[in-house]
Amino acid sequence: MEKNTKLEVRNVNKIFGRNPQRAISLLNKGLSKSEIFEKTKQTVGLNNVNFEVNEGEIFVIMGLSGSGKSTLLRCLNRLIEPTAGEILIDGKDITKMSAEELRYTRRTKLGMVFQNFALLPHRTVLDNVAYGLEIQGIPKKERYSRALEAIETVGLKGYENSRITQLSGGMKQRVGLARALANEPDILLMDEAFSALDPLIRSDMQDELLALEDRVQKTIIFVSHDLDEALKLGDRIALMKDGEVVQIGTPEEILTEPADSYVSRFVAGVDRSKIFTAESVMKRPEPLVSINSGPRVALQLMKEYGISSIFVVEGKSRLLKGVLMIKDVVEALKSKRKLESIIREVPSIPPGMPLYEIIPLIADSDYPLPVVDEKGKLKGIIIRGTVLGALAMSEDATEEASAGGDEPVQEDKNEEIFSNSCQQGNSMPVINHSSEVEKPGKTSEAMEVKI
Amino acid sequence: MILPKIPVGDFVETAVFRVELHLGWFLDIISNFLDLIISGFSDILMYFPPFVIALFFAFLAYFTGNKNLKLAVGTFAGFLLIENLELWELSMETLSLVISSTFLALVIGIPLGILTAKSDLLFHILKPLLDLMQTMPSFVYLIPALIFFGLGNVPGMIATLVFAMPPAIRLTNLGIRQVPLELKEVADAFGSTPLQKLFKVELPVALPTIMAGVNQCIMLSLSMVVISAMIGARGLGYQVLFGIQRVDIGMGFEAGLGIVIIAVILDRITQNLSQGK
Repeated sequence: MEKNTKLEVRNVNKIFGRNPQRAISLLNKGLSKSEIFEKTKQTVGLNNVNFEVNEGEIFVIMGLSGSGKSTLLRCLNRLIEPTAGEILIDGKDITKMSAEELRYTRRTKLGMVFQNFALLPHRTVLDNVAYGLEIQGIPKKERYSRALEAIETVGLKGYENSRITQLSGGMKQRVGLARALANEPDILLMDEAFSALDPLIRSDMQDELLALEDRVQKTIIFVSHDLDEALKLGDRIALMKDGEVVQIGTPEEILTEPADSYVSRFVAGVDRSKIFTAESVMKRPEPLVSINSGPRVALQLMKEYGISSIFVVEGKSRLLKGVLMIKDVVEALKSKRKLESIIREVPSIPPGMPLYEIIPLIADSDYPLPVVDEKGKLKGIIIRGTVLGALAMSEDATEEASAGGDEPVQEDKNEEIFSNSCQQGNSMPVINHSSEVEKPGKTSEAMEVKI
Repeated sequence: MILPKIPVGDFVETAVFRVELHLGWFLDIISNFLDLIISGFSDILMYFPPFVIALFFAFLAYFTGNKNLKLAVGTFAGFLLIENLELWELSMETLSLVISSTFLALVIGIPLGILTAKSDLLFHILKPLLDLMQTMPSFVYLIPALIFFGLGNVPGMIATLVFAMPPAIRLTNLGIRQVPLELKEVADAFGSTPLQKLFKVELPVALPTIMAGVNQCIMLSLSMVVISAMIGARGLGYQVLFGIQRVDIGMGFEAGLGIVIIAVILDRITQNLSQGK
């Protein structure tokens, strides 16, 4: 995918105080935030922030409260004036715009969603959503039809004439999202947009945002203090501390290559089962048996590899047909039945399924689970051992695994059933460093586990 | 230690005298203008028979109070009682004074309140002035009003204006300052002009607080209109004063009852406006 830079932040500083220039010069001399506060009684809100956001990307700014993440977001549309630095949107520096230009940019390019919804209590849902269009002077008929479209996009059709007070938290934030979408901005700024929602609704909204992002391809800049949320949503994450960006990277980079001890402590408590997907933990599917071979070939392969089950595929594109169990094969040989008659159907897993959804499936399964893409092609298999390995993985384990894995990693030898296909040092690297890591939720619609 | 007395009283006296001397023509214009407003309202109220006015207010109470029938019936009965006590004309004079001074107080007070909410400097200048206006015993306003405008309704209205305006300014200021920061950010983030921000976000959100100020303003007007009977403002207050001078308990009480009825009705109507919807 080609990457166009949509927004660029260069050397942005924000000082809260009466004499910001003095604080800036102290900052440039390398003094810390607390030293500057002691000397000048001014607070450094942002310290030399630099990053770029690509078109169509979800960029998460994350950090604890007081880290400057909300300040940074508000600098992007100048709700807070940055003290120094440049913020380029489509190459134009917003910090140098006149009031008129700024208004135009805010109206056409920047939508914003707020933590506490910030809906206008005296307006209906429809009039809230139409607000941005109303102030642009768009005639009533057109703005209502566009607002209705946005309301439909966020799944609130039928509520357009409701009063704000009648809505639940989740619905309110949908209105907030619809209001931002109605203007059809290029960039969505989301300030802790889901933090005020209760956990289940929050998770739903995250999924829907990802689904929405798939459809409309906005550039989203999302502020969050919740690491799980950041890892789930972000294509890339900027981690902030004391007004500085500590690390920028993909969720996996942040997890596996923390820039410093702060980041590694930060990510220590992460639930890895939500980050890793089937694709990133699966192993190469070997051995496989073709649907055209006889039972004898299958038995031979199973003997050779010392396994009790084997997947059956068709053709070069490895379309998954099912699984053979060793006892069925032995029976078939005795009764001289064909291979096709003893193939069992297996539940398959899409590549983007998060680990936590795989765990219960594999716990109940008598054989490895096949990872199958939308075309039916067998991409890899998941065995109990690799799941455990990914969960237990520390930095060392990662290195070991990606170094090639000469020995089956964390394999339970006693569990004969699961010990297939992890042999011969051909296990796939556990961590997938490719840039196109599937995120959980993105494919949630495609999740069809046939059991 | 003996210090000479600072001649505050003398100073004010001279200042008032000078204003009267040099700006008399201007005061006359104001006086005529205000008189026009008051007599306009009172002419309207007097033009219709009591029954119609009572019905009008009953409807007003009914619709502002979310179709509260009790309130409407009470309002209607209250006005009929006033008519029955033969206090109708006096009551209408009082009412027109209240309406016109409230009207003026709001026309001046609400924009001032908006400005003070926008400018901390103006707020800091105006705040002690407002404190002064509200803590000064109301009788004190009567004297300069009397000197500038003579006896009658107009000085009564001026004194009332000064006395009743502060809450309108204060609560408008408060209401706008209390608009949640996020809502102000919404206005800005979506690219509103300052006026759009004011009229589409700040004023509507602040409306309940502003209406509470309107309610206060009306109540204070009513109390001051009664007091300003001392400088010749006509109406129920004059009747009360008359009752006191003649130690006529019955007459004083009846007039007082009329004031209470009007006060309660106006209060309910405006309170409903501030809470409603």
